[in-house]
Amino acid sequence: MSRGMTVIVQSVTRLVAGMLFLFGCYIVLHGHLTPGGGFAGGVLIAAAFILVSLAFGSVENVEQHRYTFSSVFESLGGLGFLAIGLAGYLAGHQFLSNLWPKVGEPLTLFSAGTIPLANIAIAMKVGAGLFAIFLALGASRFVMKD
Amino acid sequence: MLPLFIIVPLCGAFLIPLLSRLWKGLADVVGNLVGAVLVGFAVYGVAALAGGSLPAVYAMGGWMPPVGIVLVYDSLTALVVLITNLVGFPALLFSTRYLDQYTGRWKYYSLFMLLLAGLNGVALSGDMFNMFVFIEIAAIASYALVAFGTRAEELESGFKYMVMGEVGSLLILLSVAMLYAHTSTLNMADMARVLQAGGLTPLSWFVLATMLVGFSIKMAMMPFHSWLPDAHLSAPAPVSAMLSGVFIKVLGVYAMSRVVFNVFGLTRSVAPQFFNLLVGLGLLSIIAASLLAINQKDYKRLLAYSTVSQVGYIVLGLGIGNYWAIVGALFHVLSHAVTKGLLFLASRSIERQTGTREIGNLGGLERNMPVTSWSYVLGSLSMSGVPPFAGFFSKLFIIVGAVEARMYWPAIVAGLFSVLTLGYLLKVINNVLFVNRDRNSSLVREAPAPILVALVMLTALALAFGLGFRPVLDWIVNPAAKVLTIPLTYAQMVLGG
Repeated sequence: MSRGMTVIVQSVTRLVAGMLFLFGCYIVLHGHLTPGGGFAGGVLIAAAFILVSLAFGSVENVEQHRYTFSSVFESLGGLGFLAIGLAGYLAGHQFLSNLWPKVGEPLTLFSAGTIPLANIAIAMKVGAGLFAIFLALGASRFVMKD
Repeated sequence: MLPLFIIVPLCGAFLIPLLSRLWKGLADVVGNLVGAVLVGFAVYGVAALAGGSLPAVYAMGGWMPPVGIVLVYDSLTALVVLITNLVGFPALLFSTRYLDQYTGRWKYYSLFMLLLAGLNGVALSGDMFNMFVFIEIAAIASYALVAFGTRAEELESGFKYMVMGEVGSLLILLSVAMLYAHTSTLNMADMARVLQAGGLTPLSWFVLATMLVGFSIKMAMMPFHSWLPDAHLSAPAPVSAMLSGVFIKVLGVYAMSRVVFNVFGLTRSVAPQFFNLLVGLGLLSIIAASLLAINQKDYKRLLAYSTVSQVGYIVLGLGIGNYWAIVGALFHVLSHAVTKGLLFLASRSIERQTGTREIGNLGGLERNMPVTSWSYVLGSLSMSGVPPFAGFFSKLFIIVGAVEARMYWPAIVAGLFSVLTLGYLLKVINNVLFVNRDRNSSLVREAPAPILVALVMLTALALAFGLGFRPVLDWIVNPAAKVLTIPLTYAQMVLGG
């Protein structure tokens, strides 16, 4: 018996998931220039993973690995955000202050100081966190064994 | 250094899941280290505030108020941060041995760190919406911690607590939204200025009413208390100690008094109806919860009802609203946090060693578990207001305040029901610890060392706050009471001028 959903869903997922992931990355990386940012992009990235997970079904080992992976990434994202905040603090300014305080310039990826980095950290935290929540709800019999 | 109160536990919360993959024991080490560091910070903060060497307003990211988000560290915040971390560290120490019965140790510590970060954040935040966010961080961490055992009854009471707690949170969010619509600012000091300029409108009363209900659910005041006994019963003991000792005071008492006194700038002379309502709710909690506590057969549930009744004293003190009553209320926040934390930990220590919570099944434990028993006795004496413990002074100041305000009936009720507190706590002491030695098997042993250290630490604090009540009053409680009794100094301090 095949796992997951029908071949139609699986084919569409193969086409869409990569684009969804890339679009999420785009939203994250351009967060300081255009609407969007870490949270919205993180949700899109999580949606790509959730789509693959739903369409192709779950196996115990794989789900456990995914859960471990996403919870590690979530913690790293949180720590990364705190590190960016602390970098401003340790450089002698206030907590979360921008180390290279330049305003964002349109079409320039490397502008606005530490804000793009903070967006990436938030995207890691939100994306991995949402995916971990999905796994914990949907496949709790696999992943919550500990 | 103000953001460190929030950064350090958050770092702990994110480091623990990573580090405990390397070695399971690191969760204990990091958790307790964070607890100890926070105690150091809190004590240093009180000293630095008394010495005047700490800037009281911290603008996050260098954005100045009222536009930017600020952290505010005044005397009231110092008191609340102090009790959070003074109870948090022994609770973490207790957890090291207590968690042996559970799996997923790192999840527990991670959630506990988030709880600490949320509580410190509520106390420090100078911004209405951020205060709500930190309330939610602490509350959601506590829902998960209450249901941590994941047996049927624990999940049930966790779910009940979550539903009631979220109703409270939503009411708080609603009132924050209405205040924002009304004043066009979220900074609490700026909001206070706008509200002062506009006077009290019907909208202010509506906001106050929704806030009162929301915070009453958080602090388990009498008509809204029903989540508390179940939640305390099912939660792991260090979490009960945190919930009862700190959580309901920070999220309920502190947040409400900050909003009522410092943002709305209410005093008894401006709004006597509101303060009379607080007196009424306080008396209701004292009377009804004490009467419910007397007849409990389960000693943990008895302590939970006792918490509801002691919160009644705090609300009564705030409601009387003159200087001595507020000093008493804040002193009671301090003394009740330490003693109720102690009683919950001690009762759990008894449960751990004997395996039962029924008062009727226990007896004569004093011979087998002397340290636990005597710390329970001393904690009970402090709780019921026997001199020279901390609880005596707090209740004394509340009664003095009531007499000064010519509110003789509340004073009499407060005095009488403190005797009743002694009554129901003596019932536990007598039955469980001293008489009925035949019910006790000689196999029961004293609890392991980390648990005893936590108990002794809290007992010492309860004694120290009582014997050294003058320095505690001068350095911690009186300045905090001044923040509440002179309501508009807060806005001046934050915004300057």
